[in-house]
Amino acid sequence: MQMDLRTVTIKPQRQTFDHIARRIGADKAATRYQEGTLEVQATHNFHYRPTWDPDHEIFDASRSAIKMADWYAFKDPRQFYYGAYTLARAKQQETAESNFDFVEGRGLADTLPAELKDTVLKLLLPLRHAAWGGNMNAAFITAYGYGTALTQPCIYHSMDMLGIAQYITRVGLLLGDDVEVLDTAKQSWMEDSAWQGLRRYVEDCFVLKDPLEVFVAQMVALDGLLYPLVYETIIDNVLSSKGGTPIAMLTQFMTDWFAETRKWVDATVKTAAAESADNKAQMETWITHWRDRAAAALMPIAQIALGSEADTITSEVVDQFNARMAKAGVSL
Amino acid sequence: MDMKVGKKKLGLKEKYQHMTRGLGWETTYQSMDDVFPFVKYEGIKIHDWDKWEDPFRLTMDAYWKYQAEKERKLYAIIDAYAQNNGHLNVTDARYINAIKLFLNGISPLEYMAHRGFAMTGRQFPGVGARVACLMQSLDEIRHAQTQIHSLSNYNKYYNGFHEYRHMLERVWYLSVPRSFFDDAVTAGPFEFMVAIGFSFEYVLTNLLFVPFVSGAAYNGDMGTMTFGFSAQSDEARHMTLGLEVIKFVLEQDPDNLPIVQQWIDKWTWRGYRVLTLVGMMMDYMLPKRIMSWKEAWEVYFEENGGALFKDLARYGIRPPKWLDQIEKDKDHISHQAWATFYNYAAACNFHTWIPTDDELDWLSQKYPNSFDKYYRPRLEHWREEAKKGNRFYNKTLPMLCQTCQIPMIFTEPGDPTQICYREVDYKDNKYHFCSDGCKEIFEHEPEKYIQAWLPVHQIYQGNCFEEGVDPTAEGFDPLSAVLDYYHLAQGRDNLDFEGSEDQKNFEMWRGMATKNA
Repeated sequence: MQMDLRTVTIKPQRQTFDHIARRIGADKAATRYQEGTLEVQATHNFHYRPTWDPDHEIFDASRSAIKMADWYAFKDPRQFYYGAYTLARAKQQETAESNFDFVEGRGLADTLPAELKDTVLKLLLPLRHAAWGGNMNAAFITAYGYGTALTQPCIYHSMDMLGIAQYITRVGLLLGDDVEVLDTAKQSWMEDSAWQGLRRYVEDCFVLKDPLEVFVAQMVALDGLLYPLVYETIIDNVLSSKGGTPIAMLTQFMTDWFAETRKWVDATVKTAAAESADNKAQMETWITHWRDRAAAALMPIAQIALGSEADTITSEVVDQFNARMAKAGVSL
Repeated sequence: MDMKVGKKKLGLKEKYQHMTRGLGWETTYQSMDDVFPFVKYEGIKIHDWDKWEDPFRLTMDAYWKYQAEKERKLYAIIDAYAQNNGHLNVTDARYINAIKLFLNGISPLEYMAHRGFAMTGRQFPGVGARVACLMQSLDEIRHAQTQIHSLSNYNKYYNGFHEYRHMLERVWYLSVPRSFFDDAVTAGPFEFMVAIGFSFEYVLTNLLFVPFVSGAAYNGDMGTMTFGFSAQSDEARHMTLGLEVIKFVLEQDPDNLPIVQQWIDKWTWRGYRVLTLVGMMMDYMLPKRIMSWKEAWEVYFEENGGALFKDLARYGIRPPKWLDQIEKDKDHISHQAWATFYNYAAACNFHTWIPTDDELDWLSQKYPNSFDKYYRPRLEHWREEAKKGNRFYNKTLPMLCQTCQIPMIFTEPGDPTQICYREVDYKDNKYHFCSDGCKEIFEHEPEKYIQAWLPVHQIYQGNCFEEGVDPTAEGFDPLSAVLDYYHLAQGRDNLDFEGSEDQKNFEMWRGMATKNA
């Protein structure tokens, strides 16, 4: 038998706000993602020009070389508004927490071969600074990008990068004997030749002015090569096979995060490129340029863990990246 | 978070420092000046960002955990409220106009705060300050969205909510809150922090956010109340950030004092002018009143703010300018504002009314120095005229203040019978102001304020008609054409509450929910 609970039914006057109804139809109920995203950013009749950039309005599509007839053509396939975002991350941090508990509680860090532990510290810890750079770059797009559909996922990305930097810090404090491992890693980041290509890359991103170029340099090219290379390939495969599974547990957040986030990145690339031939050409130019720089910058870092195999494995990761971009409509 | 550390256990503060400021570095491939290009032009001198005291210590994993828990609870209540027609439990349908004012005037500012804090969160060279700003940026998009989601249910049943985004950029009175935030975001990063982080979030928040949320609680509006209460712990973080900014900047260099003082003067006055709308809401729009505007000002500004400025005196900060005028005005501004909206109710997206007799008595009692003498007779006169069928809707356009953009409705400090006018000649034009405060703010940055998109000027310049409208056509009705440009549903969104669709529907629906007719 069916339960038939009743409430007083009142016929609504309208299903959603008019600016949403104009997009989805007046007869449809809007999702929370739609109401929290579509046209939320101001677009007309700004009162003053920024004193820090008088050539533009506060929000100004002409800050980018990418041209869109409608900036709300961008969609986040994850449908992240704040509530959905925090719920997703809270679940992931719960997993991360139990992984850390598992590794710490069983003293698994002490069982790692010394050489492997040393490799992980050398490879992983300086990446906390790269993640911090990713936080700054995503904050830049959040601030100066156009349209909430594009900028909203960037504040989430920015905070994710901070979270990742903090997880790496925890791994360092767990594996290292002392907080000095963090200083050592920072020194590598600042001075070791292996890290200078990546540091230069990140710093060069800091002075870009086009939000979509920052997106390409950070989210598409750098994240798109670094995460598959370091987390999916080196940690999850190569080091795990040498007894480094506990490390894979401690970095599960990063692996899961990338698998999820790339869906949004791909959708964004696809939408931008599909808009016009000019956009497509611009995206191709940027992606090619930043992919080559990112691959070159990551090579000496891959060598830390892979030695002479770094070359082959990095090329494989680049091939996968190219295939991924081709699916998103950008042939490289 | 717990972490095992090889040799010594880290203190909370040290641990948090490794999790944040240890992440940053001095760039060398690009100069720090190029990486952080906006940090010097305002004249603020910072010598050592490491002196920044983290106002709160929250790592991202803890943030996600706590905030997700709050979101889960909040949305459960929003859903339940919508499902059981919670809107029919408000004291009186007039109340709904208070939240129309909120969604139209305040929620879009939360979004602007999100973007503004992302800007400072990108621009400050200090890691501690950047993280605090970015966390606030993230909180602010939460506030914008939880408000939109909560009020979305009201939009389904009541008028005046449906075009809040479109109206924000066009409707005459909404340029007041909007220009306030545009002003802050177009300033440099330090001024933004003093404007929004300190003046708005710290000094004035109890006069802005709290009256709406308490108003909701007093008037049976669980939906609105819940997002307000849920935002409370975020607001506490924002307040500590606002205070830390002031202290940090003042401690860094004595040359910063006069710049900061000028910003505090400016932003207290700018914020106070925006609060006119809140004062009016408290005194006229809540069927069940919390306290009068005057009482709120006395408790939250004169007492609490007084203590704050005493505390800041050791840095050389004095209380904001023009407090003597505010002190005189507190008997008047809410009444002057409501009279204006009553006058312009034809061009407004919420309803107005004349208070009932007991509400008039309440106002007489709360404003013994002014209400019976200046405002009650006028309201009673309008009521009589309306009864006789002479409800007068003003259809000519008022002159606006160039700075705060409020119509020139305020009176001379000390003489409530005389409208206050100030003017400045600048580059062959004459600019008009409602007060010494607004005039002085203009004179400090005329090139900024001459850009203002003043709704009345724009209408007269012909910029506020829909495309294809011909103002020279016979029988052209300019007000009606402007209302079309606003997307205002004439006869549904505007005019008096008495006789409105909202009033009729509420009565009918409440009947359906409580009676068996």
